[in-house]
Amino acid sequence: MASLLSRFCRKLALPGSAHGSRMTSTTACGSETVKSLNLYSAINQALHIALETDPRSYVFGEDVGFGGVFRCTTGLAERFGKNRVFNTPLCEQGIVGFGIGLAAMGNRAVVEIQVADYIYPAFDQIVNEAAKFRYRSGNQFNCGGLTIRAPYGAVGHGGHYHSQSPEAFFCHVPGIKVVIPRSPREAKGLLLSSIRDPNPVVFFEPKWLYRQAVEEVPEHDYMIPLSQAEIIREGSDITLVGWGAQLTVMEQACLDAEKEGISCELIDLKTLLPWDKETVEASVKKTGRLLISHEAPITGGFGAEISATILERCFLKLEAPVSRVCGLDTPFPLVFEPFYMPTKNKASSSSSLSSPSKTHIF
Amino acid sequence: MHIRQGTTCTCRPSNPLPTNIVKDATSFLHMAMLFARSRNLVSSLRQNLGLSAILIKRNHSSPRPVFTNYQLSSRVFLDPSTSFRHESTAVETQPDLVQQSDHEDDAQELDFPGGKVGYTSEMKFIPESSSRRIPCYRVLNEHGKIISDRDFIPVSEKLAVRMYEQMATLQVMDHIFYEAQRQGRISFYLTSVGEEAINIASAAALSPEDVVLPQYREPGVLLWRGFTLEEFANQCFGNKADYGKGRQMPIHYGSNQHNYFTVSSPIATQLPQAAGVGYALKMEKKNACAVTFIGDGGTSEGDFHAGLNFAAVMEAPVVFICRNNGWAISTHISEQFRSDGIVVKGQAYGIRSIRVDGNDALAVYSAVRSAREMAVTEQRPVLIEAMTYRVGHHSTSDDSTKYREADEIQYWKMSRNPVNRFKKWVEDNGWWSEEDESKLRSSTRKQLLQAIQAAEKWEKQPLTELFNDVYDVKTKNLEEQEVGLKALVEKQPQDYPTGFHI
Repeated sequence: MASLLSRFCRKLALPGSAHGSRMTSTTACGSETVKSLNLYSAINQALHIALETDPRSYVFGEDVGFGGVFRCTTGLAERFGKNRVFNTPLCEQGIVGFGIGLAAMGNRAVVEIQVADYIYPAFDQIVNEAAKFRYRSGNQFNCGGLTIRAPYGAVGHGGHYHSQSPEAFFCHVPGIKVVIPRSPREAKGLLLSSIRDPNPVVFFEPKWLYRQAVEEVPEHDYMIPLSQAEIIREGSDITLVGWGAQLTVMEQACLDAEKEGISCELIDLKTLLPWDKETVEASVKKTGRLLISHEAPITGGFGAEISATILERCFLKLEAPVSRVCGLDTPFPLVFEPFYMPTKNKASSSSSLSSPSKTHIF
Repeated sequence: MHIRQGTTCTCRPSNPLPTNIVKDATSFLHMAMLFARSRNLVSSLRQNLGLSAILIKRNHSSPRPVFTNYQLSSRVFLDPSTSFRHESTAVETQPDLVQQSDHEDDAQELDFPGGKVGYTSEMKFIPESSSRRIPCYRVLNEHGKIISDRDFIPVSEKLAVRMYEQMATLQVMDHIFYEAQRQGRISFYLTSVGEEAINIASAAALSPEDVVLPQYREPGVLLWRGFTLEEFANQCFGNKADYGKGRQMPIHYGSNQHNYFTVSSPIATQLPQAAGVGYALKMEKKNACAVTFIGDGGTSEGDFHAGLNFAAVMEAPVVFICRNNGWAISTHISEQFRSDGIVVKGQAYGIRSIRVDGNDALAVYSAVRSAREMAVTEQRPVLIEAMTYRVGHHSTSDDSTKYREADEIQYWKMSRNPVNRFKKWVEDNGWWSEEDESKLRSSTRKQLLQAIQAAEKWEKQPLTELFNDVYDVKTKNLEEQEVGLKALVEKQPQDYPTGFHI
């Protein structure tokens, strides 16, 4: 269902909307109605549906009552009541701990961390408690109903503490899932899947896209499966893998590369843990080249995991070393943001996408 | 039994200004100087008197807010009859703490986001501690005699005997499992020696539907609820019958059947979870509360603050029981906090609290029973600080004689023993004899030895349990790793422990 939708209901602006010769742009598909929504509205819709379809679900966090600092929780408290949608004290470890308790009693707790940069006080609860809750109890208990949402990534002026991409820390924790949507339509379907997945999920939302990204989003209840990567652009010369807002940048790099005759296959990983190795592996075996791009600093970033895995599986098929185009190994800077970011020209200049004379290492 | 909400000192300050000085002073300047000096005297006097009172002039004319400020600020008004919010969680309802002030300014009040607050022109610091420590509630004296006939919940013969038996069983269990670890039969153990009254009496005071989130020194609660000696042994041996499937160290018990959340080593993480559990029970309108345990050391963790604050704000039915046993491994409480223990922290969160003699089974029973009723009927958290002593070492990895006097340990073990104290009371009532005692001890010991022998012989967990339950369904990477590991173990079995069925 979801893939059907993605092929027929797509607005141009976003990655995955241009599918080469297969591109179609219709505003309605079949009997389902779609609406042009930005990311925060799509998330909001998903939350409305989640609360509507499960009376034992709750949404809480700092400032969610009035609609949230990014407007993702608008209208929820008014509609579902303050017993189910409420503000919490300013305490991330309390928010997640409280959520674990609620989830352990069979409820769905969709908690909001105001900005991913502030998730660290909850790291103990996430890693030592949520991730191990089922395993350590011999499956007598679980907190699968827990979903932690956090806005992440560059926003243009966020500096150290409103721009971080901490996904790598969480990808190293067996027992949780890590999901990152690239667009409004993806976000709604992935968030509903995350909320309904019987495992605790950390859901990072690219804050840059909250208002910037607009897409036709079906109004009904739909889910996009987790741990399934999507090839959003087919190609034959090189595979590019990314997630979240970075895919928009990578798509631009693909368009530039295509002008020089390089055919690019672009993959949205969507779920980073557990990640869909098979789709990436099949693609690289076809193209022979891999470029991974993420905003998070390059050292120890999730690109390293993808690179190592692909090397293990596709070594004999690789025609070039795996490229990583990522953030620099610095705290996320303010005035230097345009230099820090893995921009499309960095991708284009990387060894995989360009001729040897133009290569730079980032 | 009545609830005392503030049990701090009731002393009142002396008249601040010796009026004869003011009267006798002739010049205005002289008077002003004396005024200033005696005010300084007064401030220091007040500080030295150790007033823990918050000095507010009570103004009965202003109406109490019907909605808490939380509701007003978020501009959503609910029908009060459907809301779970209380009329007031304000400090105002605690008369003991209000001081009358002589200054006229104090009759007026100021409006601030948190509500109305009186003001004073006197600069008064609340002292860091009260002149008197919060007293400890106890029912039985050290000789097992009831001190006063009022203010405790009577315990029937049947209940008392069961409580005693379980306390003695816990003692025997601790002793035998500890020895088993020393013999190398289990890898680790930690005892609850000295804390049997807290373990058993608190459990006896709860209902089976109350959800317990332990720290790790409360196996008596699980024992009370019906977990068998065999089940304890299975977890310690991590055998095939262990409900935890051998994944955690010994003593990390858990049983969903008994509403006892699985123990986890990190300290205090269970406290905010308990607030969530309590809230879930509140939403389900269950006649049950969350009950969670913590040690004195654990109250220094951020999760203690998070747990109490959330429970208070969410008005969740949670009973927080702190076992203040004096030691966090080798760290004495004097190195843990500078407050008067933990009971005084409750009020900081707007939580009703009590300090109880944790070695007095009847006091613990009454306090927990009352706290539980309050939590459920009033839908609020309650804090209990149970004073006790950790007679045993922290665990089998610890030798506490390295950091404390053997005399101290001996004193608590013999003279302040909670089991003996309760035994005396039960015996005095004619409900227990020496014959009962020896029968219980020997049969429990025998049962335990058999349980250990059986647990030791049980099959190990199958190897596949290493990979299950990481997620609800095994993921691809885990399937691959399992295949790889099985192949390796089959190829080189000599490198791996035996007994794990592939």
